[in-house]
Amino acid sequence: MVKALIITGFGINCQEEMVAAYELAGASAEQIHLQQLLLGNVSIHDYDILNLAGGFSFGDDLGAGKVLANKIQSQRLPSGKTLLQEITTFIAEGKHVLGICNGFQVLVRLGLLPNTQLDGQQEVSLMTNDSTRFEARWVHCIVPPKHNSPFLKGITQIELPVRHAEGKLVIAKAEIQAQIIKDKLNVMSYSSSEGSSTNKYPENPNGAMLNCAALTDITGQILGMMPHPEAFLSLYNHPNWRPLLRQNPDRSKVGEGLQIFKNIVDYLSDK
Amino acid sequence: MRHYIQFRLRPNLRDAKGEHIAQQCQTQLQIAVGRVRTARLFTLDYPIETDRVIFYAQSAIQDRATEELSVNTWWQPTDFAQAIVVANLPGVTDDLGRSARLTWSDLFDINRTDSPIIYAQQVYYFERSLSVEHLQLIATKLLGNPLIQHFQYWQQGQTFEPYFPAVQLLQAPSVATIDLKQSDEALLQLSQQKILALNLAEMQAIAAYFELPTVQASRKEVGLSLPTDAELEILAQTWSEHCKHKEFNATIDYRNQETGEQKTIYSLFDTYIKAATEQVKKQLEAKQNYWLVKVFDDNAGVVQATDKHLFVWKVETHNSPSALDPYGGAITGILGNNRDPLATGIGGAILLFNTNVLCFGSPQYNKPLLAGQLHPKQILEGVVKGIADGGNKSGVPTINGAVVFDDRYSGKPLVYCGTGALMPYEYEGKPTWIKEINQGDRIVLLGGRVGKDGIHGATFSSLEIDENSPATAVQIGAPIVQKKLADFMQVACRRGLIQCSTDNGAGGLSSSIGELARLSNGAVVHLEQVPLKYQGLQPWEIFVSESQERMTLAVTPQHLTELRALAESYEVELTDVGYFENTGWLDVRYEEQQVAYLDMQFLHDGVPTKQLVADWQKPKLMPAKIPATLDYNQILLQLLASLNICSREPIIRQYDHEVKGRTILKPLMGKTHQVPQDAGVIRFDFESWAGVAVSNGILPRYGDIDPYAMSAGAFDEGIRQIIAVGGRLPNTQPNDGVFWSVNDNFCVPDSVYHATKNPDGKQKLAKLVKMCEALYDMATYFDIPLTSGKDSMKNDFKSGTTKISIPPTILYSMTAKIDDVRQTITSEWQAAGDLIYQLGDTYDELGASEFYQLYGQLGQQVPQVRPQAAKELYLNVMEANQQRLIQSCHDISDGGLAVAIAESCFGGLGANIQLDSLSATLSCNTLLFAESHSRFVVSIAPADQVAFEAILGNRAYRIGQVTTSPKLVIQQQENTIIDTTVKSIPLQW
Repeated sequence: MVKALIITGFGINCQEEMVAAYELAGASAEQIHLQQLLLGNVSIHDYDILNLAGGFSFGDDLGAGKVLANKIQSQRLPSGKTLLQEITTFIAEGKHVLGICNGFQVLVRLGLLPNTQLDGQQEVSLMTNDSTRFEARWVHCIVPPKHNSPFLKGITQIELPVRHAEGKLVIAKAEIQAQIIKDKLNVMSYSSSEGSSTNKYPENPNGAMLNCAALTDITGQILGMMPHPEAFLSLYNHPNWRPLLRQNPDRSKVGEGLQIFKNIVDYLSDK
Repeated sequence: MRHYIQFRLRPNLRDAKGEHIAQQCQTQLQIAVGRVRTARLFTLDYPIETDRVIFYAQSAIQDRATEELSVNTWWQPTDFAQAIVVANLPGVTDDLGRSARLTWSDLFDINRTDSPIIYAQQVYYFERSLSVEHLQLIATKLLGNPLIQHFQYWQQGQTFEPYFPAVQLLQAPSVATIDLKQSDEALLQLSQQKILALNLAEMQAIAAYFELPTVQASRKEVGLSLPTDAELEILAQTWSEHCKHKEFNATIDYRNQETGEQKTIYSLFDTYIKAATEQVKKQLEAKQNYWLVKVFDDNAGVVQATDKHLFVWKVETHNSPSALDPYGGAITGILGNNRDPLATGIGGAILLFNTNVLCFGSPQYNKPLLAGQLHPKQILEGVVKGIADGGNKSGVPTINGAVVFDDRYSGKPLVYCGTGALMPYEYEGKPTWIKEINQGDRIVLLGGRVGKDGIHGATFSSLEIDENSPATAVQIGAPIVQKKLADFMQVACRRGLIQCSTDNGAGGLSSSIGELARLSNGAVVHLEQVPLKYQGLQPWEIFVSESQERMTLAVTPQHLTELRALAESYEVELTDVGYFENTGWLDVRYEEQQVAYLDMQFLHDGVPTKQLVADWQKPKLMPAKIPATLDYNQILLQLLASLNICSREPIIRQYDHEVKGRTILKPLMGKTHQVPQDAGVIRFDFESWAGVAVSNGILPRYGDIDPYAMSAGAFDEGIRQIIAVGGRLPNTQPNDGVFWSVNDNFCVPDSVYHATKNPDGKQKLAKLVKMCEALYDMATYFDIPLTSGKDSMKNDFKSGTTKISIPPTILYSMTAKIDDVRQTITSEWQAAGDLIYQLGDTYDELGASEFYQLYGQLGQQVPQVRPQAAKELYLNVMEANQQRLIQSCHDISDGGLAVAIAESCFGGLGANIQLDSLSATLSCNTLLFAESHSRFVVSIAPADQVAFEAILGNRAYRIGQVTTSPKLVIQQQENTIIDTTVKSIPLQW
């Protein structure tokens, strides 16, 4: 059985629905308090996929995900290594990492995404939304036809909620942007309901460059995304679920977000 | 050694925050400032080399992809003329600074306490050169609040001296004594000067207590004679209106001039609220419904939700602090309210959802502001941000809410915060909802440290606000501190390490320890053990400070070691400060000094009963003057744009409704995601489809005509919203498990008569009596129990001789079990061709309606609740839902039938409506806009017509059909009176 580790504690909020997502997708899932990892009581290497869930880790006071990233980067485990070094090994062994919302912000700060130069330096940032406000709304996203992410296999369009104040992807250097495009690392874009990528508010809720809602790395093993697939596990989460059911009472009662978890669990089971 | 670090965006990047400020300067203050750039500034005073500070700044704080930084050099962009630097004043909660310190200790791998204190500040550069007046206006109206913040102004060409808001208190801790053998005037002056909020009778009772020979003898044994400052403060906190509800427990001589009725009411709380729930309990148990578990005597109400879980429900207000600092007041309000369910019974409940109801003055308020009064727009902006941060950062979804506008809330806004939580039924066989303390159990403090913030919150909230209100009453909540605490409590309670808990809210330790000590009948407290934010606090300040994010626990001594280790791994500070005992004394010490020694019984039961007078006179009402000919298209659009009806979407989108992944009915739904829903619904967990619906009933305007009708109407509104989404009334069948749990929250202006200061006090108190009478009648008729609640009695803002008083306001926050959330109903039309009905009768009741409001009229006939007809209709709707016959349902409230229909169209489908079937006698105005209670607009599939009409009978009026075109057409007798495309109009401020 695929084993998913969901880091929790210190302001991470979405661990319960992440556990539900993996269990519904057929994996076993465990919530592990960050402190357990830092104290060396639990090793990430006992799991197949590492998850950084949404929330406001450490209150996001120094910028979203910053303090958590600092801890992962600088705090030494009893092994003498940092958690970041452990994660780097984890990835080198072909394992997978998913970061959602705050988790995505952490991955970006750690330099794990998009990592176009393969040097682990921070290349992009998730900044304050153009509206300067927290945005809680459902958005349409499209996935480009060609990408290397096993998480998004078979998905072309998806509707998910976003809930963030700092989600605008900013790429400071043109060469990084060019590389992201070349390597097809922008794996999900905000779109109109008809499915064309858009920079129009509120369809694009934050003003992200490339209308980017999710990034992967060159290996496809890491996915970071601002929208919350774990909040759409059931059709009954959707804001329009009643009219949708009225139109087609036999439609699937599963939420579109669950597919991302099914994809990765199936992919890892097959490996 | 002083250092400062400055971070700003690279020049090629867009500064969205700066643009927003520039726009606000223009739109809110009419000041053209040119471009604005923002920067983060951190200052620290610590012996370390600059290159180490640079290393820290780069490693721990800088966003390396987007930011530039400078250390100990002030950035002077040549194209910007000025800057404003905003810092917190000494001692004000500084979350950013605290995080910066934490990350310092992580980076250099040293203890937090050995790391420097770091002060976070915000810098705004302005392109244009502005006058000093303009800069100050921008600083105080847009960028911060002078009560809690420090502003520094920089001009191009000047040098920059960083600010270090260090707290410096030099006084050694000591205990002062006060002689209470004084004249009445002197006693009153003492009460006022120390913000004790005690009246003469109370001051005299305290003075008399200290004169008792037995008391003096006991005090002598511990080395005390005269009362200490701490004792006076403890009594004032414990006896505050906020904690003891003296007016709700007063003896009231009531006279109703309208009916001639006269009576003496011994405690409004006992007579109406508690008695109602006791009566409901009897009625429930007579039908073998036993879900009512714990009411009134804990931090929140408790009912049985499922076999394994209890549902814990609490709503309370945080009005006074929100008037002074809207952001801090509101975030402290929601986080403080969260702590109530967290500390109910043993503790360790898991928060499920938040709700909030906010009452403000109009954002377009244009009267001159009084000294100390903030503009309603500024209050709205800050309160919404506070509610958003409090809920979002704690990971608790805000699934429902309401906003009410009335200029009488422009002095004191009302900020109601509600939280529902789930608690296991038992921890290893031990019932969770029972609080027990044994002699010798340790008193353990958990969470944030104590500072001067929040001193006198409880007593201050029992007074009217004026321009001299204390800034120390303002606090700022820190969600992350509380989140860690809640996570820790969950684990510790499940492991059986905690005997019981209570939160530290109003009155601080004095209140929390004082309350818990009632269970054991005494406690010994060592204040020198209490962890402080900074040195120099006096013992009495430590005991009554309301510094946030703290809990007080009772812990069996043998569990202390394990608990301490657990707390450390959750980064929660835990301190043992004393023990519970059964001596009958509250014994407080600071090292060797005796700080307080108070008889527990006197402390809790010694407060004299207040004697008040209430006198009801029917207000003089005039028939409304409305133009004879009306353009209904125009009126409908005016109503949809009016303050109390327009869409709350710009507010709602700032709240996370989805976190936890269980929300089924959100505030806005339908194809457009813009259709307002009557109640929020959330499932309990991922294993079953059972859940809870939450609604809020509030109708302050109706009280201008009849406070009884206002209170009964708000109660009905709360019920019908839950019925609308598919909820069921309680107690309709034996042992049906359909719990209801309601919190009542009364907010009233000063209702104590005073010949000059409050000449209409008797009438105001009579309004409160009538509101309570309605509460009793409604609760007992519908078998719906009040399980907890709150009252806030002094909602006045005073400056000189001017007073802004709120209208008496009652909020009923209702929750009810939903057996299967998949069967809930939404308010938007579902399919073209569906048949539309009005359920329930319309009456000639346009008084206090939104329609009359358009013409500045009040009118005479306020909507009345007819409980029997209402209940019969609700039972019919339940039956129709049982058979799945209802497609959409929306309750009819503000704006009447026309607005309810229009809102049902917001999902993109339209309607053709024919009014003739409704009544042959009522006017068109009444049919369209009356706000008569207990009515719904529903739509059903044509195939279900026969079955539906068979159930509803003559309570259903078929009025039209859903159409594909997004148009609303309303006809009466062949005349088309409304023909327009309707859409949601967002609130603007």
